[in-house]
Amino acid sequence: MVSVCMYFQVHQPFRLRQDFDFFSIGSSSAFYEADEAEATIIKKVASNCYLPANEILLRLINKYSGRFRVAFSFSGVVLDLFERFAPEVLDSFKKLVATGCVEVLSETYYHSLSYLYSKSEFLEEVEEHKEKIYKLFGVKPTCFRNTELIYHDHLAKDIEQMGYKVILAEGATQLLGWRTPNFVYQPKPCYKLGLLLKNYKLSDDIAFRFSNKSWNDYPLTAEKYASWIHGIAGNGEVINLFMDYETFGEHQKADTGILDFLESLPTYILKRRDFDFATPSEVVDKYQPVSKIKCDKFVSWADSERDLSAWLGNSMQSSASEYVYSLEAEVKASGNKNLIYAWKKLLCSDHFYYMCTKWFNDGDVHKYFNPFTSPYDAYICYSNVVNHLRETLNKSISVNTRNLDKVSETGV
Amino acid sequence: MKVLMFGWEFPPHISGGLGTACYGLTKSLSKLGIDITFVLPKVVEGYNVDHLRVIGVNQLKVKIAESDVCFDDQVLKLIKVDSLLKPYIDSDSYEETLADVRRKHAQYVSDALGIFSMSEHYGPNLMEEVRRFAIVGKYLGGTEQFDVIHAHDWMTFLAAIEAKRKSGKPFIAHVHATEFDRSGQNVNQDIYDIERFGMHEADRIIAVSNRTKQTIIERYGIEPGKVTVVHNGIFKQTQYTRDQITKNLNEKIVLFLGRITMQKGPEYFIEAARLVLDKVKNVRFVMAGTGDLLPKMIDRIAELRLADRFHFTGFLGGEKKERMYAMSDLFVMPSVSEPFGLTPVEAMLYDVPVIVSKQSGVSEVLDNAIKVDFWDVQKMADAMIKVLTDPELAKKQVKSIASELQKIDWDDSARKIVDLYYHM
Repeated sequence: MVSVCMYFQVHQPFRLRQDFDFFSIGSSSAFYEADEAEATIIKKVASNCYLPANEILLRLINKYSGRFRVAFSFSGVVLDLFERFAPEVLDSFKKLVATGCVEVLSETYYHSLSYLYSKSEFLEEVEEHKEKIYKLFGVKPTCFRNTELIYHDHLAKDIEQMGYKVILAEGATQLLGWRTPNFVYQPKPCYKLGLLLKNYKLSDDIAFRFSNKSWNDYPLTAEKYASWIHGIAGNGEVINLFMDYETFGEHQKADTGILDFLESLPTYILKRRDFDFATPSEVVDKYQPVSKIKCDKFVSWADSERDLSAWLGNSMQSSASEYVYSLEAEVKASGNKNLIYAWKKLLCSDHFYYMCTKWFNDGDVHKYFNPFTSPYDAYICYSNVVNHLRETLNKSISVNTRNLDKVSETGV
Repeated sequence: MKVLMFGWEFPPHISGGLGTACYGLTKSLSKLGIDITFVLPKVVEGYNVDHLRVIGVNQLKVKIAESDVCFDDQVLKLIKVDSLLKPYIDSDSYEETLADVRRKHAQYVSDALGIFSMSEHYGPNLMEEVRRFAIVGKYLGGTEQFDVIHAHDWMTFLAAIEAKRKSGKPFIAHVHATEFDRSGQNVNQDIYDIERFGMHEADRIIAVSNRTKQTIIERYGIEPGKVTVVHNGIFKQTQYTRDQITKNLNEKIVLFLGRITMQKGPEYFIEAARLVLDKVKNVRFVMAGTGDLLPKMIDRIAELRLADRFHFTGFLGGEKKERMYAMSDLFVMPSVSEPFGLTPVEAMLYDVPVIVSKQSGVSEVLDNAIKVDFWDVQKMADAMIKVLTDPELAKKQVKSIASELQKIDWDDSARKIVDLYYHM
C-alpha cells in the first residue's frame, strides 16, 4: 500500500499600512494595521481559492466516502482574519473538518519564528493555537508543523515531549542525502515521534510549475501526475504533498485549470487499489519509521537554500527581529491584553520575508509575495511600527506606575 | 532690463536646492524690476508663477530650423554624438563624419522635437536632454528679446552659449555646484568638460561661496577677477513655528536632511550618531531624504542594531519638511563638499541649533554656527552631545544665529546680481 498525504497550509498575515511613517510614531491617533486592504485581500482570496476549493474538497470527500482525506494547517492569525472579514470561509472549513476526513495540524498561532528567539513565546503560541483549533473545530491536533516548516533536532525533541505523534519537515537534501522522502522517518533524538518529509519535487510540480508554459511537462494533467505518483509503488510508502492552499485558485488562477486538476486528481490516484489517501497522524499509525534522520542545522521549505535565509539572511531582518523580541518581557509584564496581542502579531514571519534582499533564483517568488516596492521600504515601515508599539508600551507602563503611586498615596 | 534665464528645475518640481535657489533669487530680482524669462526643460500643465514668464521646452510648439539644430565643432565634440567617438579617424573622413553627424543629428532632433519631453530629475538620458536644451537655447537666442543671459549650472550652459552666439548678448554662468562637489574625485569627464567650456565662454561667473570660487579658479582655470561671489539667500516665510507642532516623542531629535549621496556625507552622520548613543540615551536620529546611498545607510543602521534610535523618512517636502525641522532639537549638515548648503539655514528658521561641516559654503556666512570637519566624527559627536545635554548652550546658539539670519537675504543677493547685469 502507498498513501498519498496531502497537507495544505492556510495563512494570511496582518498587513501593515505602508504610509505609517516617522511622524506616526508615538501618535495616539495613528493606526498601523491595513484593515481595508486586508479585508479586500481576504475576500479576494476567499472567492478565488478558499470557497471554491473547499467546495471541491467537500464533494470529493462525500464522493469517496472516506477514501479521500487531507490535512490543513491554519495559522491563528488567518483564523482571526476569517472571523473578522470572512466568517463564511470559516464555516466552510468547519464543514470540511466535520466530515472526519480532514486532520487539523498544530502550529504557532502567529506564524512566527518564535522557536528561534524565545522558547516561552513559542510554547505560549502553540498552546493558544491548540485552544483556538479546539474552540473552532472541536479537535485536538496530534501533528505539529512549525512556521514555514522550520525544523531542527531540538525542535523535534521538544515536540515529542509535548506529546505529539508526528512532525512535518521539508524533504531537504541536507536531511535526506541519498534517501527518498517517501517513507516515515524518525528524528534522531526521538523514540516515539514520527517525521514526515515533504516530497518537494512532486509538491512543487503543482505549487510552482503547474502553469509554467516553459516547463517540459506543461500542461500537467491529473492523469499524468497520477502516473508519476503510481510510479513510486515499490519504492516508498507515503508521498507527502505539502503546499500552500492558496495554490488552488490564487497563486495559480482558476483559468490555469488548477481547480479542475484538484477535482480530478483523486479519481486517477484511486484508480489503483494499492493507493490511498491518509493524513499525517494516520500515516504514522500505518507505517513504521524506516530510519532516523539527523538535523543539526535549521531547514525550512523556503527558497532553493531551504534554510532560514528568506527571513534572517541580512542585517535588516536580524536587526528587526531582535528588536521586536527584545520587547517581549516588558510587553508581557504590562498585562495589557491589546498590547500583547499587537506585539504578537508583529512576530509574523511575513514581515521579515518582505525585507529579503536575495534577488536571484527566488527573487520572483519573493516579489510575488511582497507588498512593498523594496525590502528597504519594508524595513523602514516595520521599524516605525515597532517603535510605535514601544512608545505605546512606555506610555502604558508610566500610566501603571502613576496608578500604583496613587494607590500607595491613598494608603490602600 | 530683460534677462533670458536658463534653469533646470523650479518649485514645486525639485530634487534639490537648485530649484529652491532659482525661485528665491528670481522673486527678489523681479522686485528690483528685472524682467525675467525663465526657460525650463519641463513644465507641467497648469503651472503658474506670477513673478516671471516661464517657457517649458516640453510646451514649445514651434518648428525649429535646421540651422538651429546644427552646432559648431566645439559644441558638437562636447555633446558627444555617438559616431564622433570612433577612434583612429583621419582628418578627411573626420570632416565627412562631421557633416554626416550634422545631417543625422538634424533629422534626429526634428523628429524628437515633436515629442520633446525631459525628465526633471537627473537621469540616464541627461546628456541627451542637455543637448536638446542647447538647441532650444539657440532658437530662443534668435526669437526672444533680452539684454543678458543668465544660466544656472552646467546642464544649462550649452543652451546659454548657443543663445549668446545667436544673439551676441553677454552670458553669466551661475555656479551652484561643481562636478567636484557632486562626485568627489571621481568626476564625470563629460560633465566636467561642459562645465569648463561654459565657464570659459561665459562673460562673468557667479559663485555661491568663496569655497566655490576657489574651486572654479583652481580646478577650471578661470582668472579670479571674472568670478563674483554672491551668497544664496533664503525664503523666510514658514507656515509653522516650533510651538505649533505636536511632537509625539519625548526624546530629543537630531536631524540630517538632504539627498543621501556621497556629497552630503550621510555615513559620517551615522558614525557620529553611534558615538552619541554610547553616551546619551534620550535622543533619536532622523535621516530625511533619498538618494543612491540610502540602501547602504539602512544596512549600516541595521548592522549597528540602531532600529530603535535611528529613523528614515524618505523624501520630505512641503508641510512634512517643515514639521520635521520644527520637531528637531539639532540639525547637522556633515557635507563632504557643499558649495552653499541651504538646509542649516532652513533649520534655523525653526529655532534649531545647527552643526555644519567646515567644507560648506554656508559656514562662510554663519559665524556662530558650530563647525567641524566632515571626517572628524568624534568631534562631531562631541559637539552633538554638548548641544543635546546643555540646554543653555542650545538656547544661546539659537539666539546668536537668529541675528545671522538677517545677513542671509535674497534681496541682498539680487541687488549684487542686478549690479552685475548693468555692468555687463
